[in-house]
Amino acid sequence: MTSTTLTPDRPATSRRPVRVGRPLTRVSGLGLGVAMMWFSLLVLIPLAAVVVTASAGGWSTFWQAVTNEQTAAAIELTVGTAFAVTLVNIVMGTMIAWVLVRDRFFGKRALEVLIDIPFALPTIVAGLVLLSLYGRNSPLGVDIANTRPAVFLAFLFVTLPFVVRTVQPVLAELERDVEEAAMSLGASRFTVFRRIILPSLTPAIAAGAALSFARGVSEYGSLVLLSGNLPMKTEVTSVRILSSIENDNLDSAAAVATILLAISFAVIVLLDVIQRRMVRRG
Amino acid sequence: MSIEIVNVSKRFGDFVALDSVSVSIPSGQLTALLGPSGGGKSTLLRIIAGLETADSGRIEIEGVDATKLSPQKRNVGFVFQHYAAFKHLSVARNVAFGLEIRKRPKDEIRERVHELLNLVHLSQFADRLPSQLSGGQRQRMALARALAVQPTVLLLDEPFGALDAKVRKELRDWLRRLHDEVHVTTVFVTHDQEEALEVADEIVVINEGRVEQIGSPDELYDSPANDFVMRFLGPVTELGDRLVRPHDLQLLTGGGEPDAVPGRITRITRVGFEIRVVVAVGEQLVTVTLTRNEFLSLGLQVGSEVQVRIAPEVGAVVGQPRLLGAV
Repeated sequence: MTSTTLTPDRPATSRRPVRVGRPLTRVSGLGLGVAMMWFSLLVLIPLAAVVVTASAGGWSTFWQAVTNEQTAAAIELTVGTAFAVTLVNIVMGTMIAWVLVRDRFFGKRALEVLIDIPFALPTIVAGLVLLSLYGRNSPLGVDIANTRPAVFLAFLFVTLPFVVRTVQPVLAELERDVEEAAMSLGASRFTVFRRIILPSLTPAIAAGAALSFARGVSEYGSLVLLSGNLPMKTEVTSVRILSSIENDNLDSAAAVATILLAISFAVIVLLDVIQRRMVRRG
Repeated sequence: MSIEIVNVSKRFGDFVALDSVSVSIPSGQLTALLGPSGGGKSTLLRIIAGLETADSGRIEIEGVDATKLSPQKRNVGFVFQHYAAFKHLSVARNVAFGLEIRKRPKDEIRERVHELLNLVHLSQFADRLPSQLSGGQRQRMALARALAVQPTVLLLDEPFGALDAKVRKELRDWLRRLHDEVHVTTVFVTHDQEEALEVADEIVVINEGRVEQIGSPDELYDSPANDFVMRFLGPVTELGDRLVRPHDLQLLTGGGEPDAVPGRITRITRVGFEIRVVVAVGEQLVTVTLTRNEFLSLGLQVGSEVQVRIAPEVGAVVGQPRLLGAV
């Protein structure tokens, strides 16, 4: 644009971000070094090790491990359920955040605290709670033990806070006069939500969705009790990986782990792309 | 009359924001709602726009009873103190918003946006995001956005309140010129008397939820209805039990005009082109402002004995009741 024809009386034209790398000072160099080392030790090296282990037996072993009928079913169940749960969370989480920010009601503070319980509770305790509520002797008369809905329910339980907690602060920060401006320009409440509020929330929703999906894919503790871990039916990948390791089949475990890694990475990238596109479209 | 406000009251809990306010706002003019913060003027503006509902009373816009209309249906343009920009939309899309809602054809929208951006001198910034504009530019964008839907009335809530003094003054002049071009009935809220006196055709002074006076800037300045209006619109000083503007007082060095009282100068301050002289009249400290030439020709010094009187041609004196025009 006009950034080359800057005139001093138009200061606002220089507001565009200038991306020029500055040479590192000693302190910032040290900071970057520490951060990279920390990240490498905790994340990069272990991940690389997983991928190396997976590829140790060659392509055919890897392919065999992944296409094993039981493993494939576990991957399908885990990814599919995590996906469905994330969709539910996007809607419900945004709605709960909305209620918590915009409405005043009795017991709001209590609800604020309760939302975080799935975060704070050890997942195996969550599993126990779910089992006693929805297991064989369910006081509610709902017995979903050893069925796929059990996996879905466990995922829902542990991923509930993610979208709520990422959306809530952003929603609280939104200026009401922006919505009022849109309304006085003739926008209905729904249009205001879709065209003004939602684009501001999208990055937060996407972040919450990514966390929720990743957590679902990795979930173990909360579902092992209720789902029964039936092969081909309710067995999820984390359980599958554990049993591979217990059977001393480390290559297969690493192969499944690599697949999960790739899927999670793809989902996070995809969500980021969708989010950017939605924000731009408004 | 373009906007008719009849007996409008509004409370927030125990706080009475508006107490049975009635105002008629004429078509095609620039009207200021002037008053101290918390006096109810913003509430009144928001009630006109439908962003707040009155507890009782009636609002008519261009002859249509708007009391129960939603803000979407009132066809008013509203400009907020803090711009209320749609941050994720470009400047052009911001301005186009109201037209897109109305499902106007694309060509028409493009043309109208172009026209409006020219009007507010932002055409070269059409593709920028609001965050890349300065405060003054953002407020001009907000104005173009409000004007895009061709509103029956344009409402501005402290439109220059968030801007620094210099930009505020520029935008004030610019708003006056814009209004002379566009002629849409405009109401703006301000707590700055200078802004109201300079820009408005008519001023409504609102304090503690009530209308104190309505009139042209000259009427308000020269014949204030009460001492609140007099104090709010400009500097005042007391002489005896009368309230008067410091520049309406005269100092005499010679002897005895019958209406003059004697005093002694205790302090002289020069502020730019005006000289402030504080005169002790008995127990009372009276401030008199003089031009530099007046001051020099009188040859005053701290300690000088002088006579103080209200200039004979002066109108704005409260405490000596004069007949006010129809208010």
